[in-house]
Amino acid sequence: MKAAFEFLRTHTFYALILLLALFVLFVEIVRPGTVTPLWASNAIMFAAPLAIMGGGQTLVMLTGGIDLSVSAVATGSAYLLATNATRGDVYALAIALSLGVVVGAVNGIGVALLRVQPLVMTLGTGLMTGGIMIVYSQQMMASQPHVPEIIQTLGSGKVAMFVPVDLFLWIAIGGLILFGLHRTGFGRLVYAVGDNREACHLSGVRVWRVLFVDYLLCSILAAITGLVLVGGTNAADLSLAESYLLPSVACVVIGGTSIFGGRGGYAGTIVGALILTVLTSLLTLLDVSEPAKQILFGAIILGLAAAYARLTE
Amino acid sequence: MTATTSTSASRTRVAGLAVRALAMPLLLVVALALTKLAHPGFGAFDLQSLALGALPLALAAAAQTIVVISGGIDLSVGSQIAVANVLSASLMHHASFPQSLFISLLVLAAGAALGLINGLVVAASRIPDVVATLTAGFIWGGVALLILERPGGGAPAAFLNLASGEDFGPWLPNALVVMIVAIAAIWLPIRYSRIGLLIYAAGSDPVAAFRSGVNVRNARTIAYVFSGLACAVGGMTLTMTTGIGAPLAGSYYTLSSVAAIVIGGVSLQGGRGGMVGPVIAALLLTLAPMDLIFLGIDPNYGQVIQGSLIVLVVMVAGLFAYLQDRK
Repeated sequence: MKAAFEFLRTHTFYALILLLALFVLFVEIVRPGTVTPLWASNAIMFAAPLAIMGGGQTLVMLTGGIDLSVSAVATGSAYLLATNATRGDVYALAIALSLGVVVGAVNGIGVALLRVQPLVMTLGTGLMTGGIMIVYSQQMMASQPHVPEIIQTLGSGKVAMFVPVDLFLWIAIGGLILFGLHRTGFGRLVYAVGDNREACHLSGVRVWRVLFVDYLLCSILAAITGLVLVGGTNAADLSLAESYLLPSVACVVIGGTSIFGGRGGYAGTIVGALILTVLTSLLTLLDVSEPAKQILFGAIILGLAAAYARLTE
Repeated sequence: MTATTSTSASRTRVAGLAVRALAMPLLLVVALALTKLAHPGFGAFDLQSLALGALPLALAAAAQTIVVISGGIDLSVGSQIAVANVLSASLMHHASFPQSLFISLLVLAAGAALGLINGLVVAASRIPDVVATLTAGFIWGGVALLILERPGGGAPAAFLNLASGEDFGPWLPNALVVMIVAIAAIWLPIRYSRIGLLIYAAGSDPVAAFRSGVNVRNARTIAYVFSGLACAVGGMTLTMTTGIGAPLAGSYYTLSSVAAIVIGGVSLQGGRGGMVGPVIAALLLTLAPMDLIFLGIDPNYGQVIQGSLIVLVVMVAGLFAYLQDRK
């Protein structure tokens, strides 16, 4: 027993997998017969956008930062896509993703060059983005927003019955993040900057470049998340990704990435996103009211994060 | 020679302190003067609506200030305000004025309890403040919805009048009096007691504070309790100014409270800043969208301006720090 605990303490990834399995087991116990290939395929489909957004959040949290503008960027990119779709899919996609580039660049300039606290910087840019979208939406009243078919397929389509289309995007992006973090110089620098920014600076690392690229990537990933989300709902509104802010941070924290930087990785975030998705599914099955669901969801996140902090200290 | 340089140095320091203390009030005066220029009809009525609009935000800013000075950050301010708002509006719906005053004591206690829970979670769980209060905000949002599912409730007219009346003449709206009295009642006892010293110490350098015998965890938990109290007052003033309870109305105040403290000169590193700056910033943040209306600009730009103000203020501060480093 003690040896098993010790094993989990040193191999936290397996602890996470175990936790995920436990949650799936709960789902099956609460309503036997729920866990089917279709259920699993839906869970993966819903987990993908969260995991993509969590990927960006992982990147910035590894450097000791946080990005609170991700939900505004995701919502904005989805809205821009839907309102520009009549001008052609490529044009709409370019506009949507460019929002991520712009916000990411502003975040990057503030955090990397001017050393603004990431929390305040991204809070400010998030507010700005949300505000600009409100103003923009009022000028767009007349036009008919619609979601391009290719994005609909991306967000809600499946191939071979059970394989959600967004899984391919997730695998591509996840593979890039994992490869980038563990096999490239940039990845090593991300960890290094998160571990000790001053030491990096003194050893000749251009810290600001690392941070700038980091925040840029995070915002672009958030914009992509918005596309997947709007493909799933097929309706763009200005609260589309609002509810994704907390989960995007929570899946990284539960996945074992330290918010103080330097420790963790994307593998944990993947499992974290799956855990949160299964948890949502579990709470839906429990047949409790929406507010109670919200309270339980938050309490369980706090519990998991606290347990993780205890386990690894 | 040395004597003169030291006096001139101390003189510049005094001057610097005076500028710092007067900058925000001056900014408010300038902003009001500009408003009067842009809209010559700006009068008692507009002053009243400014005070009414700024009242809950000022208390949200006060709540945020206390926590940030202690070295934390509270992203659940808005949800705590929502809880106090719906709690007061649903309990006071059919109450008499004396009853509503008693109920407001209950709401204060509830607010302190929420703050205490926040503080204990942050202190005991070792989850960073940002994550813990972001999650706590989610939970309190659920609690607010549980108390009142859709906007409704109410309070006796005499209770609403506490903030929306004009008992001191048209140029001194009650809202302004409530703002000053409530914030002073929460802040002054902290500022001029041991508690305040501990909170500032814990925020400015937790390690040094710990080594000098400050119980940093307790100090920060106490900060969250006072923040919860301020949020409870803020929620009740929201009831007074809007007349109803709305479970989702509070969410605006989380981000705006951070905006107010950043503009008000409270350092997010903790340990530095006062209460005058954030409260005046709350007035400025409320004045900005009003001015937009006066100028005939879409008031929806208000949020854009708030965001831009935060970004601008912190970026300029960052630029100055950067230039100073290079010297």
